[in-house]
Amino acid sequence: MRKNSTKLILLAVLAIVSILLYAFYDIKGGFDYAFPRRMIKISAMVVTGIAISYSTVVFQTITHNRILTPSVMGLDSMYQVVQTIIYFFAGSMSIWVLNRYLNFGVAILAMVLFALVLYRFLFRADKHPIYLLLLIGMILGTLLGSFVTFLQVLIDPVEYLSLQSRLFATFTNVKADLLYISIGILLLAFIYGYRIMGKLDVMSLGRENAINLGVNYDRMVMNILVLSSVLIATSTALVGPITFFGLIVANLSYQYLVTYKHSVLILGASLISIIALVGGQFLVEHILELRTTLSVIINFVGGIYFIYLLLKESRAAG
Amino acid sequence: MIEIKGLTKRFGKKPVVEDVSVKIESGTITSFIGPNGAGKSTLLSMVSRLLNADTGEVLLDQNNVQKWKSNEFARRVSILKQSNYINVRLTVRELIAFGRYPYSKGRLTAEDEKFVDQAIEYMNLNEMQDKFLDELSGGQKQRAFIAMVIAQDTDYILLDEPLNNLDMKHSVQIMKILRRLVDELGKTVVIVLHDINFASVYSDRIVALKDGKLVKNGPTHEIINSDALRDIYDMDIPIQEQNGCRICVYFNSHT
Repeated sequence: MRKNSTKLILLAVLAIVSILLYAFYDIKGGFDYAFPRRMIKISAMVVTGIAISYSTVVFQTITHNRILTPSVMGLDSMYQVVQTIIYFFAGSMSIWVLNRYLNFGVAILAMVLFALVLYRFLFRADKHPIYLLLLIGMILGTLLGSFVTFLQVLIDPVEYLSLQSRLFATFTNVKADLLYISIGILLLAFIYGYRIMGKLDVMSLGRENAINLGVNYDRMVMNILVLSSVLIATSTALVGPITFFGLIVANLSYQYLVTYKHSVLILGASLISIIALVGGQFLVEHILELRTTLSVIINFVGGIYFIYLLLKESRAAG
Repeated sequence: MIEIKGLTKRFGKKPVVEDVSVKIESGTITSFIGPNGAGKSTLLSMVSRLLNADTGEVLLDQNNVQKWKSNEFARRVSILKQSNYINVRLTVRELIAFGRYPYSKGRLTAEDEKFVDQAIEYMNLNEMQDKFLDELSGGQKQRAFIAMVIAQDTDYILLDEPLNNLDMKHSVQIMKILRRLVDELGKTVVIVLHDINFASVYSDRIVALKDGKLVKNGPTHEIINSDALRDIYDMDIPIQEQNGCRICVYFNSHT
């Protein structure tokens, strides 16, 4: 078995190659025009990739489940609710859409508040298992989803087209200033994460073993739920919802880097996600010549991989 | 010293542990025995702060266990529960090294490695220390977990049915190791046991629970006799002496 450091270097090289390819391939004519734009797109993909990998890995650790993503908590639906309500009541020409700080802020705030309220009222680790929380999150997500569909049928078709572009993940329209805010949030999350990496490793042994080893398990679960909600909210508000992505990269990372160390797992998942997003976008733009979008590919490949995981888990359990 | 004072726990309305008070003597093996559903495991969970009591308190060195700093407590008292399902790929050695977490926070020092080596030695896991946990049998896994608790090097070691999944040979091995931990290293072991004969042969003191209530508490020789056992198990259990060990022959008793 190759050593994990070698594997990580390999992933890092691949990630850098993808970035360089995307940044410089076929950059004819207006270098000054194209290059900064490409850099913003690359940064957006890197930020989203890292945020999603990080939040998915820690979320799967506290739920002890490798086929869940933080989106089961209904955060994606909450994002759709916020955007749809804005378009429904205020319209695409309102300040809520045109002022991107406002739109970004409202979206993040709504998602984080939703998560906090849910956790505050439902999460009592000593009383209920975390699965009750997940179940209710899922049900609320479905409820919100139906509510969104209801509003969308009533909305003006032209407005709906404009709304739709916000509800699909896209890296093309990312604005630099929102990117800086996201990078700031991500940095804060990493400063916090640096301090809890060891605790996360211990928490993967389960609640009882973690408490035995002196980790304040129940409080940490709450903190990590909030952390992963903030990360997901940030990436969703920046580029839109990506459903399967976190699941794929987290599991690829577990499979490739056989370890319990979260620092390694998160780094691996982040690098894989950069390769997948930047490399994938490169393929979509230059090889497939924009005949499809990256999120379609991600959801397609992700769906297949998800089925594979389900089959594997059920065989392992049986 | 660990002191349990008037501990009560209800699940719903049903009291699972009711007004139990026990002092755990230092430097002994104390066994918790009793029929199924007597509240032994629940009691042990409350002593080890895995579960909060409804009323009453558990004192470690005169301080309530809930008030201890989590990390400090983890250097004094360790607990191992029955079911340990882990879905992370870990080697035996990595698992045992986790026992040093309260001291080193994941960055193992030379001293930590020494404790890990000792624990491996103690539990006879030398040959399989680099195997992954999911490649082991139930009994081997159990021994690896016990080794983790030994590496934790606490004064108090609490074990919830550690002989589950183990064959006779390994059960005896583990009980002998626990005896050594107490006799050689001065540890205090509290253990929930199902097999009353292991309790009789290896423990210094026995605490018997029934329907959540304390029914007997005393030195082993006071509990292992037919009268006391009838109160605990509602069975007539003849006792036979064999090489100085009292063996309960309950296999064909009237119930």
